[in-house]
Amino acid sequence: MTAKKQDTSSEEQEQHKQDTKHILKGFGRKRLNLIPILQKVQGKLGYLPREAMMEIAEYLNIPAIDVYGVVTFYNQFRLNPPGKHSIRVCLGTACHMKGGYITLDAWKRRLGINPRETTEDREFDLDTVACVGCCTMAPVTVVDEKPEGGVEPTRVDGILLAFGYDYETKDKEKSESD
Amino acid sequence: MKATEETTIAAVFREIKERAESLWRERLDNKPVIMVGAATCGRAAGALDVLQAFRDEVKKRNLDCPVIEVGCMGHCYAEPIVIISKPGYPPICYGYVNPVIAERLVKEFVLGDNPCPEFVIGALEANDMLPSFDDFPRAQHERKIILKNCGHIDPTEIEHYIAGGGYAALAEALEKTPDEIIGEVTRSGLRGRGGAGFPAGRKWQFCREASGTPKYIVCNADEGDPGAFMDRSILESDPHSVIEGMIIAGYAIGARYGYIYVRAEYPLAVQRVENALKQAKKLKLTGSHILGSDFNFDIILFQGSGAFVCGEETALIASLEGRAGMPRHRPPYPATSGLYGKPTIVNNVKTLAYVRHIISQGADWFRGIGIKNSPGTAVFALAGKIVNTGLVEVPMGTTLRQIIFEVGSGIPRGRKFKAVQIGGPSGGCLPESALDLPVDFDSLQEGGAMMGSGGMVVLDEDDCMVEIARYFLEFTQRESCGKCTFCRLGTRQMLEILTDFTQGKGTMEDLDNLEKLAGEVRAGSLCRLGQTAPNPILTTLRYFRDEYEEHIKLGRCPALMCLHLIAYYILPDKCERSCDACVGTCTVEAITPDKKRIKVIDQEKCVKCGTCLTACPPQYNAVVKLSPPSEVPDK
Repeated sequence: MTAKKQDTSSEEQEQHKQDTKHILKGFGRKRLNLIPILQKVQGKLGYLPREAMMEIAEYLNIPAIDVYGVVTFYNQFRLNPPGKHSIRVCLGTACHMKGGYITLDAWKRRLGINPRETTEDREFDLDTVACVGCCTMAPVTVVDEKPEGGVEPTRVDGILLAFGYDYETKDKEKSESD
Repeated sequence: MKATEETTIAAVFREIKERAESLWRERLDNKPVIMVGAATCGRAAGALDVLQAFRDEVKKRNLDCPVIEVGCMGHCYAEPIVIISKPGYPPICYGYVNPVIAERLVKEFVLGDNPCPEFVIGALEANDMLPSFDDFPRAQHERKIILKNCGHIDPTEIEHYIAGGGYAALAEALEKTPDEIIGEVTRSGLRGRGGAGFPAGRKWQFCREASGTPKYIVCNADEGDPGAFMDRSILESDPHSVIEGMIIAGYAIGARYGYIYVRAEYPLAVQRVENALKQAKKLKLTGSHILGSDFNFDIILFQGSGAFVCGEETALIASLEGRAGMPRHRPPYPATSGLYGKPTIVNNVKTLAYVRHIISQGADWFRGIGIKNSPGTAVFALAGKIVNTGLVEVPMGTTLRQIIFEVGSGIPRGRKFKAVQIGGPSGGCLPESALDLPVDFDSLQEGGAMMGSGGMVVLDEDDCMVEIARYFLEFTQRESCGKCTFCRLGTRQMLEILTDFTQGKGTMEDLDNLEKLAGEVRAGSLCRLGQTAPNPILTTLRYFRDEYEEHIKLGRCPALMCLHLIAYYILPDKCERSCDACVGTCTVEAITPDKKRIKVIDQEKCVKCGTCLTACPPQYNAVVKLSPPSEVPDK
């Protein structure tokens, strides 16, 4: 996972900085607060942009690489902005055995992105999750915080249709540009 | 001094208990009560809609009938689950409830006197009206201790827990000396339920004797094993049992602070624990001078950030300190030098949940359950190809066969049992021949698996053992923190070999290398993640070597699961010309009818998702999987 070059405007970056500073006020300048801070900043901004990580490093008086190291170590933190809707495919044992990897393939195909990426129009982001503990409903996909059970490729299309997403034209555009 | 102090604790607690009891008596006695199971598993099945439907219906009809949101009873296969207790009837449990059924239950049972037997799973007490859970074969084996409250009390109300006997063990413990408590827990033979099975009493003793203050106790709720969800269920359904256990443990070792480390993927558990901690603090069950004693103890909730290795205690401590969760060498053990270099105990959720039962019912009672070297019960999460998925709690020493076929009711759709995967990525796959192994810490290890955190995934004949091994390696490879060379590079090499096998590219030499490498990774890794990572490979090689050889020599997947080694094919003589079911459902438009309207799959376009196989009506059954793909005849 690498930090993608971000196409955020300077106003946006300034806003991120201000928001981060505001959150930092609620914490002591101790290293042990790093993870709770990151969780709170991501909760507010949706992801951890470079400028936010720099602010945090400065505040805690630790090297920026330490912040980056922690961010990239844990699965929860993301370096690119989330989409409007989050799609998280469960790849727990039970889900895998019932075809979770086939479901993931279907999402990848329809959205045209890999896990941990966001569609260009920022409508959807795709990710995998180790297990959401609903093993009995396998294969599970968590769509915007709601775990959906029995998500097979046809259900993937169904969920996308419910969002009004026209995957067929996307598919065509993609194959033409290939 | 001692005598007066004793009476204070008892008196303070009696007051709390009496208040809680009268509160709940007033709320529930002589009324019909509806309890809706709304833990994460229930919610995924639509429990919140059911809950709302009950509330609306009760309000609409202006009934005096409390609707309570409870946790998970463990019967996940039948979610959403509802329990209705009505005076004059035994408490009745309903399964597969939806809002329409909810409306009917209110109308016909709460208001009328028809208990709607068509929706009943079982009554909770023996009676002469409906079958009860005790009549089911699984009742012979099940014995609930730490899951007893789950699904039967309101996890958001501390008073409900106290009214049911909660925190009495804490009041009792505070009257004893810490040494008495550690002695009791040691005598009970309680072993750590995180997987390794280290005696809890001994660990506490080490920490009590260690110098350095303040001491810490950490509850490990970073349940990262894919396929295990009992810790989540306990925290969501009965959070106070864990908190009570933690306070008692804290008192025993002389800790000042406690941390509950919950993984962030469990938002509901985080919310429930947060709420429970607030309520406990309000009643002065945590904080300073707990129940009027001299003991001060605070509990802090910490959210993990999604790293499997943080289940390892030294990695968990690193994570608490705000660093990347990498394990370190032991000794020194955390019991002498843990969080910030201070003596720290890390106990699993289940271990702590047992504590209050051991204190109030005694070590001898606990020893009477299970077997000599592993007393007590074991909690398993049943998932995969099994009829009764969900949580089960059985005495240690129950056999795998009893759990899978009697408690879990066997394999669905008449398929044949192939293997059971126990203990998650650190565990192993055991075949039919190992099913008479009793489940306890030592026997499972002999079979090549381990208790782990208690995930039990049942596999049937459609599951490929090479693929299962590859899946677990992919998981451990991704989650390896990268500290030890053998774990970082070894798991990657093993994964590559296994991936080759599942794609039909392996050689017999690879198989030998794989076996050798597995032994080296086991020997050369610092923590349990690396040491146990080869287990899925070693057990599948031990019991299912022929499947590996078939992949390598014939390029064939006998279970028809490895996507690279199979092809979908429509049998021309079975395909019905007037039917287009597969054409319509194919997600990539790979199926077209030929001149005679027999459907043909374009193998180039096919992504092998299997939708056509499901779509083909059973009276034709024309879609088949073939392995190796060269079996597909040319036109």
